[in-house]
Amino acid sequence: MILADAGNILVWIVWVVAAFACLGSGIAVISFSNPFYSALSLIGNLASLAVLYLLLAAEFVAAAQVLVYAGAVMVMFLFVIAYLGGHADAPWAGGPSWQALWAVAASAALLVEVIVVIGLKTGGRLSHSPPTDFSFGSPATIGRLFLTDHLLAFEITSIVLLIAAVGGVILGSHSRETAAE
Amino acid sequence: MNGPAVTWYLCVAAFLFFTGALGVLIRRSPLIVLLSLELMLNGANLALIAFSRFHGRGDGQIFALTVMAVAASEVVVGLGLIVAMARRKLDLDVDKLRTLRG
Repeated sequence: MILADAGNILVWIVWVVAAFACLGSGIAVISFSNPFYSALSLIGNLASLAVLYLLLAAEFVAAAQVLVYAGAVMVMFLFVIAYLGGHADAPWAGGPSWQALWAVAASAALLVEVIVVIGLKTGGRLSHSPPTDFSFGSPATIGRLFLTDHLLAFEITSIVLLIAAVGGVILGSHSRETAAE
Repeated sequence: MNGPAVTWYLCVAAFLFFTGALGVLIRRSPLIVLLSLELMLNGANLALIAFSRFHGRGDGQIFALTVMAVAASEVVVGLGLIVAMARRKLDLDVDKLRTLRG
Protein backbone atom coordinates (compact mmCIF):
# COMPACT_ATOMS: atom_id res chain seq x y z
CA MET A 1 0.00 0.00 0.00
CA ILE A 2 2.81 2.39 0.92
CA LEU A 3 4.61 1.36 -2.26
CA ALA A 4 1.49 2.11 -4.31
CA ASP A 5 1.15 5.53 -2.66
CA ALA A 6 4.79 6.31 -3.37
CA GLY A 7 4.29 5.29 -7.01
CA ASN A 8 1.24 7.52 -7.25
CA ILE A 9 3.10 10.53 -5.85
CA LEU A 10 5.96 9.87 -8.27
CA VAL A 11 3.52 9.82 -11.20
CA TRP A 12 2.03 13.12 -10.03
CA ILE A 13 5.48 14.71 -9.74
CA VAL A 14 6.44 13.59 -13.24
CA TRP A 15 3.09 14.82 -14.54
CA VAL A 16 3.41 18.26 -12.96
CA VAL A 17 6.96 18.73 -14.26
CA ALA A 18 6.01 17.59 -17.78
CA ALA A 19 2.81 19.65 -17.87
CA PHE A 20 4.50 22.85 -16.76
CA ALA A 21 7.41 22.27 -19.15
CA CYS A 22 4.83 21.75 -21.88
CA LEU A 23 2.90 24.94 -21.09
CA GLY A 24 6.03 27.03 -20.51
CA SER A 25 7.68 25.98 -23.76
CA GLY A 26 4.35 26.55 -25.55
CA ILE A 27 4.31 30.15 -24.33
CA ALA A 28 7.99 30.46 -25.28
CA VAL A 29 7.17 29.36 -28.86
CA ILE A 30 4.83 32.29 -29.42
CA SER A 31 6.80 34.92 -27.48
CA PHE A 32 10.35 34.65 -28.90
CA SER A 33 11.04 37.16 -31.65
CA ASN A 34 13.62 34.91 -33.32
CA PRO A 35 11.98 31.94 -35.16
CA PHE A 36 15.04 29.80 -34.42
CA TYR A 37 14.44 30.00 -30.65
CA SER A 38 10.73 29.37 -31.22
CA ALA A 39 11.49 26.17 -33.11
CA LEU A 40 13.90 25.05 -30.37
CA SER A 41 11.21 25.62 -27.71
CA LEU A 42 8.74 23.66 -29.82
CA ILE A 43 11.18 20.72 -29.66
CA GLY A 44 11.09 21.00 -25.86
CA ASN A 45 7.31 21.16 -25.98
CA LEU A 46 7.14 17.99 -28.10
CA ALA A 47 9.50 16.16 -25.75
CA SER A 48 7.44 17.02 -22.66
CA LEU A 49 4.28 16.01 -24.52
CA ALA A 50 5.93 12.65 -25.20
CA VAL A 51 6.38 12.25 -21.42
CA LEU A 52 2.64 12.94 -20.95
CA TYR A 53 1.86 10.33 -23.62
CA LEU A 54 4.00 7.81 -21.75
CA LEU A 55 2.02 8.54 -18.57
CA LEU A 56 -1.15 7.82 -20.58
CA ALA A 57 0.26 4.39 -21.56
CA ALA A 58 0.70 5.39 -25.21
CA GLU A 59 4.26 4.13 -25.75
CA PHE A 60 4.17 3.87 -29.52
CA VAL A 61 2.68 7.35 -29.99
CA ALA A 62 5.32 8.80 -27.65
CA ALA A 63 8.10 7.15 -29.66
CA ALA A 64 6.56 8.32 -32.94
CA GLN A 65 6.23 11.82 -31.50
CA VAL A 66 9.94 11.99 -30.68
CA LEU A 67 11.08 10.33 -33.92
CA VAL A 68 8.72 11.93 -36.44
CA TYR A 69 7.99 15.31 -34.88
CA ALA A 70 11.01 16.26 -32.80
CA GLY A 71 13.29 14.40 -35.22
CA ALA A 72 12.16 14.79 -38.80
CA VAL A 73 9.66 17.67 -38.89
CA MET A 74 11.61 20.00 -36.61
CA VAL A 75 14.89 19.35 -38.44
CA MET A 76 13.13 20.47 -41.63
CA PHE A 77 11.85 23.55 -39.82
CA LEU A 78 15.33 24.41 -38.57
CA PHE A 79 16.78 23.94 -42.07
CA VAL A 80 14.24 26.32 -43.58
CA ILE A 81 14.77 28.90 -40.82
CA ALA A 82 18.54 28.68 -41.34
CA TYR A 83 18.04 28.99 -45.12
CA LEU A 84 15.82 32.08 -44.84
CA GLY A 85 17.85 33.70 -42.07
CA GLY A 86 16.27 34.80 -38.83
CA HIS A 87 13.89 37.69 -39.48
CA ALA A 88 13.16 39.25 -36.12
CA ASP A 89 9.43 39.63 -35.60
CA ALA A 90 8.62 40.98 -32.17
CA PRO A 91 5.13 39.86 -31.12
CA TRP A 92 4.16 43.16 -29.50
CA ALA A 93 6.13 45.60 -31.66
CA GLY A 94 4.48 49.00 -31.93
CA GLY A 95 2.33 48.64 -28.86
CA PRO A 96 -1.02 46.87 -28.57
CA SER A 97 -3.05 47.21 -31.76
CA TRP A 98 -6.74 46.49 -32.18
CA GLN A 99 -5.83 43.35 -34.09
CA ALA A 100 -3.73 42.03 -31.21
CA LEU A 101 -6.40 42.87 -28.64
CA TRP A 102 -9.08 41.07 -30.65
CA ALA A 103 -6.72 38.13 -31.10
CA VAL A 104 -6.20 37.83 -27.34
CA ALA A 105 -9.95 38.18 -26.71
CA ALA A 106 -10.84 35.53 -29.30
CA SER A 107 -8.35 32.94 -28.07
CA ALA A 108 -9.19 33.66 -24.40
CA ALA A 109 -12.86 33.09 -25.24
CA LEU A 110 -11.86 29.76 -26.80
CA LEU A 111 -9.95 28.78 -23.63
CA VAL A 112 -12.79 29.81 -21.30
CA GLU A 113 -15.33 27.91 -23.39
CA VAL A 114 -13.31 24.71 -23.28
CA ILE A 115 -12.57 24.98 -19.54
CA VAL A 116 -16.24 25.69 -18.75
CA VAL A 117 -17.35 22.69 -20.80
CA ILE A 118 -14.77 20.47 -19.08
CA GLY A 119 -15.89 21.76 -15.67
CA LEU A 120 -19.63 21.56 -16.24
CA LYS A 121 -20.09 18.46 -18.32
CA THR A 122 -17.40 16.15 -17.07
CA GLY A 123 -17.27 16.94 -13.35
CA GLY A 124 -16.38 13.78 -11.48
CA ARG A 125 -17.14 11.42 -14.34
CA LEU A 126 -13.64 11.33 -15.80
CA SER A 127 -11.76 10.24 -12.71
CA HIS A 128 -11.83 6.47 -13.17
CA SER A 129 -9.74 5.02 -15.96
CA PRO A 130 -10.05 1.31 -16.59
CA PRO A 131 -6.98 -0.74 -15.77
CA THR A 132 -4.90 -1.61 -18.81
CA ASP A 133 -2.52 -4.46 -19.44
CA PHE A 134 1.00 -4.08 -20.78
CA SER A 135 -0.01 -4.49 -24.41
CA PHE A 136 -2.12 -1.32 -24.40
CA GLY A 137 -0.45 1.21 -26.69
CA SER A 138 2.31 -1.17 -27.75
CA PRO A 139 3.41 -1.25 -31.41
CA ALA A 140 1.76 -4.67 -31.88
CA THR A 141 -1.63 -3.42 -30.69
CA ILE A 142 -1.42 -0.22 -32.74
CA GLY A 143 -0.35 -2.16 -35.83
CA ARG A 144 -3.19 -4.65 -35.45
CA LEU A 145 -5.71 -1.81 -35.08
CA PHE A 146 -4.27 -0.04 -38.13
CA LEU A 147 -4.50 -3.14 -40.29
CA THR A 148 -7.92 -4.34 -39.15
CA ASP A 149 -10.35 -1.72 -37.81
CA HIS A 150 -8.72 1.37 -39.27
CA LEU A 151 -7.39 0.13 -42.60
CA LEU A 152 -9.08 2.98 -44.51
CA ALA A 153 -7.40 5.62 -42.32
CA PHE A 154 -4.04 3.87 -42.91
CA GLU A 155 -4.45 3.91 -46.69
CA ILE A 156 -5.72 7.51 -46.76
CA THR A 157 -2.71 8.56 -44.68
CA SER A 158 -0.37 7.09 -47.27
CA ILE A 159 -2.16 8.98 -50.06
CA VAL A 160 -2.06 12.24 -48.07
CA LEU A 161 1.68 11.83 -47.52
CA LEU A 162 2.23 11.07 -51.23
CA ILE A 163 0.27 14.16 -52.29
CA ALA A 164 2.19 16.32 -49.80
CA ALA A 165 5.53 15.02 -51.16
CA VAL A 166 4.46 15.71 -54.76
CA GLY A 167 3.20 19.16 -53.72
CA GLY A 168 6.48 19.99 -52.02
CA VAL A 169 8.46 19.00 -55.13
CA ILE A 170 6.16 21.03 -57.43
CA LEU A 171 6.35 24.12 -55.19
CA GLY A 172 10.14 23.89 -55.07
CA SER A 173 10.70 23.36 -58.79
CA HIS A 174 8.17 26.03 -59.85
CA SER A 175 9.77 28.73 -57.76
CA ARG A 176 13.20 27.81 -59.17
CA GLU A 177 11.93 28.38 -62.74
CA THR A 178 10.48 31.78 -61.88
CA ALA A 179 13.65 32.80 -60.08
CA ALA A 180 15.70 31.97 -63.19
CA GLU A 181 13.51 34.08 -65.49
CA MET B 1 -0.35 3.48 -10.79
CA ASN B 2 -3.13 6.06 -11.03
CA GLY B 3 -1.77 9.52 -11.59
CA PRO B 4 -3.84 12.52 -12.63
CA ALA B 5 -7.38 12.12 -13.94
CA VAL B 6 -8.25 12.78 -17.57
CA THR B 7 -9.61 16.23 -16.63
CA TRP B 8 -6.12 17.51 -15.87
CA TYR B 9 -4.82 16.34 -19.22
CA LEU B 10 -7.77 18.04 -20.89
CA CYS B 11 -6.93 21.31 -19.12
CA VAL B 12 -3.33 21.11 -20.36
CA ALA B 13 -4.64 20.33 -23.86
CA ALA B 14 -7.02 23.30 -23.74
CA PHE B 15 -4.24 25.63 -22.63
CA LEU B 16 -1.93 24.36 -25.40
CA PHE B 17 -4.68 24.94 -27.95
CA PHE B 18 -5.21 28.46 -26.55
CA THR B 19 -1.48 29.23 -26.78
CA GLY B 20 -1.37 28.01 -30.36
CA ALA B 21 -4.47 29.97 -31.36
CA LEU B 22 -3.00 33.11 -29.82
CA GLY B 23 0.22 32.58 -31.74
CA VAL B 24 -1.62 32.05 -35.03
CA LEU B 25 -3.62 35.23 -34.49
CA ILE B 26 -0.98 37.69 -33.27
CA ARG B 27 2.29 36.62 -34.92
CA ARG B 28 3.15 37.98 -38.36
CA SER B 29 5.99 35.70 -39.42
CA PRO B 30 4.53 32.73 -41.36
CA LEU B 31 7.19 30.46 -39.85
CA ILE B 32 5.94 31.13 -36.33
CA VAL B 33 2.33 30.81 -37.50
CA LEU B 34 3.21 27.28 -38.68
CA LEU B 35 4.90 26.53 -35.34
CA SER B 36 1.78 27.73 -33.48
CA LEU B 37 -0.37 25.50 -35.70
CA GLU B 38 1.77 22.60 -34.53
CA LEU B 39 1.01 23.63 -30.94
CA MET B 40 -2.74 23.53 -31.66
CA LEU B 41 -2.48 20.11 -33.31
CA ASN B 42 -0.52 18.81 -30.33
CA GLY B 43 -3.16 20.06 -27.93
CA ALA B 44 -5.78 18.14 -29.88
CA ASN B 45 -3.51 15.08 -29.92
CA LEU B 46 -3.13 15.20 -26.14
CA ALA B 47 -6.92 15.26 -25.69
CA LEU B 48 -7.30 12.31 -28.09
CA ILE B 49 -4.73 10.22 -26.25
CA ALA B 50 -6.17 11.13 -22.84
CA PHE B 51 -9.60 9.91 -23.93
CA SER B 52 -8.02 6.81 -25.47
CA ARG B 53 -6.57 5.97 -22.04
CA PHE B 54 -9.87 6.85 -20.33
CA HIS B 55 -11.88 4.47 -22.49
CA GLY B 56 -9.17 1.81 -22.48
CA ARG B 57 -9.29 1.53 -26.27
CA GLY B 58 -6.58 2.24 -28.81
CA ASP B 59 -8.73 4.08 -31.34
CA GLY B 60 -7.78 7.54 -30.04
CA GLN B 61 -4.10 6.71 -30.52
CA ILE B 62 -4.81 5.73 -34.13
CA PHE B 63 -6.49 9.10 -34.61
CA ALA B 64 -3.51 10.87 -33.02
CA LEU B 65 -1.06 9.08 -35.35
CA THR B 66 -3.17 10.11 -38.36
CA VAL B 67 -3.14 13.71 -37.10
CA MET B 68 0.66 13.51 -36.88
CA ALA B 69 0.87 12.36 -40.51
CA VAL B 70 -1.42 15.18 -41.63
CA ALA B 71 0.67 17.66 -39.60
CA ALA B 72 3.84 16.43 -41.34
CA SER B 73 2.17 16.93 -44.75
CA GLU B 74 1.01 20.40 -43.73
CA VAL B 75 4.54 21.36 -42.69
CA VAL B 76 5.95 20.16 -46.03
CA VAL B 77 3.47 22.22 -48.06
CA GLY B 78 3.64 25.24 -45.73
CA LEU B 79 7.43 25.37 -45.70
CA GLY B 80 7.42 24.91 -49.50
CA LEU B 81 5.15 27.94 -49.81
CA ILE B 82 7.33 29.99 -47.45
CA VAL B 83 10.49 29.11 -49.40
CA ALA B 84 8.71 29.97 -52.67
CA MET B 85 7.67 33.32 -51.16
CA ALA B 86 11.22 34.04 -50.04
CA ARG B 87 12.58 33.22 -53.51
CA ARG B 88 10.16 35.69 -55.09
CA LYS B 89 11.50 38.34 -52.67
CA LEU B 90 8.11 38.73 -51.00
CA ASP B 91 7.97 40.03 -47.45
CA LEU B 92 7.58 37.22 -44.91
CA ASP B 93 4.66 38.93 -43.18
CA VAL B 94 1.20 37.42 -43.22
CA ASP B 95 -0.43 40.84 -42.77
CA LYS B 96 1.07 42.06 -46.05
CA LEU B 97 -0.05 39.03 -48.08
CA ARG B 98 -3.47 40.34 -48.94
CA THR B 99 -3.91 38.92 -52.43
CA LEU B 100 -3.24 35.47 -53.79
CA ARG B 101 -1.63 36.71 -57.02
CA GLY B 102 2.15 36.70 -56.78
